[in-house]
Amino acid sequence: MPADRTLDQLRAAAEVVRTAGEHDTIDGVPARYVAAPRDTGQAAHLLRAAAALDLAVTFRGGGTKQDWGSPPRRLDLILDTTALTGVVEHAAGDLITVVRAGTRLDELPATLAGAGQQLALDAPLPGGTVGGAVATNTSGPRRMLYGTVRDLLIGVTLVRVDGVVAHAGGKVVKNVAGYDLGKLVTGAYGTLGLITECAFRLHPLPATVAYVSRAVDDLAEAGRLAGTVRAAQLAPTALEVDAPAGERAMVTVLLEGTPAGVTARAAAARRLLGADATEADQPPEGWARYPWRDGDVGLKLTAALSGVPRLLSDARAAADRHDLPLALRGSAGVGVLYAGLPGASDPERVAGLVDALRATTAAVGGHTVVLTAPAPVRDRVDPWGPVHGLELMRRVKQRFDPDARLAPGRFVGGI
Amino acid sequence: MSTTTTDIDALAAALRAAIGADRVISDRQELRTYECDGLAQYKVIPALVALPADAEQCAAVVRACVAAGTPFVARGSGTGLSGGALPRADGVLVVASQMRDILEIAPDDERAVVQPGVINLAVTRAATPYGYYYAPDPSSQQICSIGGNVAENSGGAHCLKYGFTTNHVLGVELVTPDGDRVRLGGRAPDAPGYDLLGAFVGSEGTLGIATEVTVRLTRLPESVRTLLAAFETTDQAGAATSAIIAAGVVPAAVEMMDALAIEAAEAAVHCGYPPGAGAVLIVELDGPEPEVAAQFAQVESLCRENRAFEIRIAADDAERALFWKGRKSAFAAVGRISPDYIVQDGVIPRTALSEVLRRIGELSAERGIRVANVFHAGDGNLHPLVLFDAAVDGETVRAEEVSGAILDLCITHGGSITGEHGVGMDKAKYMPRMFTDDDLDTMQLLRCAFDPDGLANPGKVFPTPRLCGEVPGRRKGLHPAQEAGLAEVF
Repeated sequence: MPADRTLDQLRAAAEVVRTAGEHDTIDGVPARYVAAPRDTGQAAHLLRAAAALDLAVTFRGGGTKQDWGSPPRRLDLILDTTALTGVVEHAAGDLITVVRAGTRLDELPATLAGAGQQLALDAPLPGGTVGGAVATNTSGPRRMLYGTVRDLLIGVTLVRVDGVVAHAGGKVVKNVAGYDLGKLVTGAYGTLGLITECAFRLHPLPATVAYVSRAVDDLAEAGRLAGTVRAAQLAPTALEVDAPAGERAMVTVLLEGTPAGVTARAAAARRLLGADATEADQPPEGWARYPWRDGDVGLKLTAALSGVPRLLSDARAAADRHDLPLALRGSAGVGVLYAGLPGASDPERVAGLVDALRATTAAVGGHTVVLTAPAPVRDRVDPWGPVHGLELMRRVKQRFDPDARLAPGRFVGGI
Repeated sequence: MSTTTTDIDALAAALRAAIGADRVISDRQELRTYECDGLAQYKVIPALVALPADAEQCAAVVRACVAAGTPFVARGSGTGLSGGALPRADGVLVVASQMRDILEIAPDDERAVVQPGVINLAVTRAATPYGYYYAPDPSSQQICSIGGNVAENSGGAHCLKYGFTTNHVLGVELVTPDGDRVRLGGRAPDAPGYDLLGAFVGSEGTLGIATEVTVRLTRLPESVRTLLAAFETTDQAGAATSAIIAAGVVPAAVEMMDALAIEAAEAAVHCGYPPGAGAVLIVELDGPEPEVAAQFAQVESLCRENRAFEIRIAADDAERALFWKGRKSAFAAVGRISPDYIVQDGVIPRTALSEVLRRIGELSAERGIRVANVFHAGDGNLHPLVLFDAAVDGETVRAEEVSGAILDLCITHGGSITGEHGVGMDKAKYMPRMFTDDDLDTMQLLRCAFDPDGLANPGKVFPTPRLCGEVPGRRKGLHPAQEAGLAEVF
């Protein structure tokens, strides 16, 4: 095997580099090298070396969302965060934790639950890392009460494309010193820098939970019921609609609190939902999961709250017109729905449906984003749709990554 | 930058032509009205004041400033406590007071759309008939503006449970430092692209001027219950707070005042707090009635276990208002017991409260400067009020030293130099104590993206401006086919 000077130079920065194997691809694009730094310092050395070698870099955590966005235009080095793990700090009395970005989100309860605490962020795809959740801004049903990454992330450590390490925010919840770069990198798909550590605010685990559900025949009725619950003063943690293709829809309210409080509120929720509402202490099937499987088409649809009933029924009607079985599931209480289509669906028809959904969501103040889709579908649709402020976003990208070496092309507008 | 009289005269003429003569102030006496914001120790008379009537006029003002190379500073009600809206002598102060319309209250969307000059409390007043309110409640909520709240990411007593301005702003229309009008976020959540809205909120006027703000309206709680607990010491009150948090209760607010702050409040507003208290806690719970009932009993017993010697429970809204009156008037009230005072704003991890209060007490004794303590105990946000008499030789300097040493304590304990008042002019010099040069340089990459010429509120937030220059490092050595996105080249 001939000498590989690039590999040697990367290894001089940090030993943790190997040549890429056949599975080391990002959304189908093969890499040449994989590096798995163990700490922020190693990551900084590696990115500095990659800068000197003009290598294009994409970050990879658990690899659960590598098929989101578009494939990178250029790729040399995968910077793998799965060795960048561990809870750095859990200050239970202050309700905060600091974790390394490669830590799996579903491993946090092991550390936090002992103190009766939680990072109140749902993980729709099991096995994903903290850094991946931040970079793609994933969330689930409980966002209605606890918010999303942007509401929970209080501090961040980044490594810039030039290897410079930067912090923003801190370890206290209340803090307005300096720009909130944590929000800037949330949902940025790794196009502005590597997230190596995150500080989060935590919440107490609830003493009691109840899931109150009601099945309905009609999607507009599901949306209307969700609106009724939202307008009551029940302070639900989640308010979900699940509408599989060709089946009845289910509206579910999650209530959390004291035993006495939850009992009373669950009774009130049953009254609001109707006589045949049921109550359980376990979530219904599919809770906090996307309504699609690997290889399917996965969409995110958003709406102003008053537009949720219309979005639900219009989305289903549009799917029927295109003769596609659309599964809808999501947070009717906040105006975010996810939609799934079988991966084998005709790409032309899917593209037509995406256009129709874009018109529908635009009419209710929202957006349609194609999170994941088989290549033939992606070739026919723009994953993001219209984006406000794109020119400013390009300028931000240029300042943070002037040579466009971080996941180029993966994000909105080809960023 | 243009500083000559001729340049300013020319800019004044351009502004008058753009937005009307009655919306531009150049008279020296009238300009003096705008010489400071809520931090009155800094005073600078702006070269000009512009009072745009709408977003397009605001954009026209900014474009005129850009054409003239003149810096501009945005101002809402001017209640800020960090000098964030301190004018520039060579610049234009852009005042939002003529943009005060509530454009829409949409309870079905749980949204309101307002102009930046709208007063914080006016949003709640407009939403209450529909059963909703605007959650962020800075103490100045009767006079501060939403535009100012957005710039400073304002907090308030109830942000312990409900979060800050940034958690409640869903969209803005802004005028960029280039004079472009851009919309970020909107009526639906999770707009695709970078969260520039999140970066903009709290950027203290350095990334542009908000001309329209879409805020979240929160459903009014079914029940609100408030208690006031008196303790002999702040340590006991702090231990009670810790016990409440450890029990898994998330109160809407937990506020603490120490003996000196109580004394000032009594002198000013006769709030009738229990005599002899070394500390009082105000704890407020809100939410569904059965939850509040269960947790309120728990909070009451935790206060007793931690040696509260008196607990009062507000029987109605009037009594609740009286509890809050002492707390909300605390800043102004210290004027009754001291000719001059500095309102400090720092954050510590809540668990360090005892230790930090002890150190503040020592600092106070060492320097002979009294410090009254008011704080959002639930989230460790301290508002020490540093009392002094400027007429006494050397006291001002010693008071500033104590105030600065308190910020050092916050940093040493892993906290922040500001929890809600902002960095502004006042604390820019402390930023390097909390952040490295690389941190500050990285933040300024964002600033350079928005404002490469550094015209939007220069001199605030950052101790030294970054020279943005050209975008560094052009793309190099890339085959055009690669650039075109042909993955097969690999």
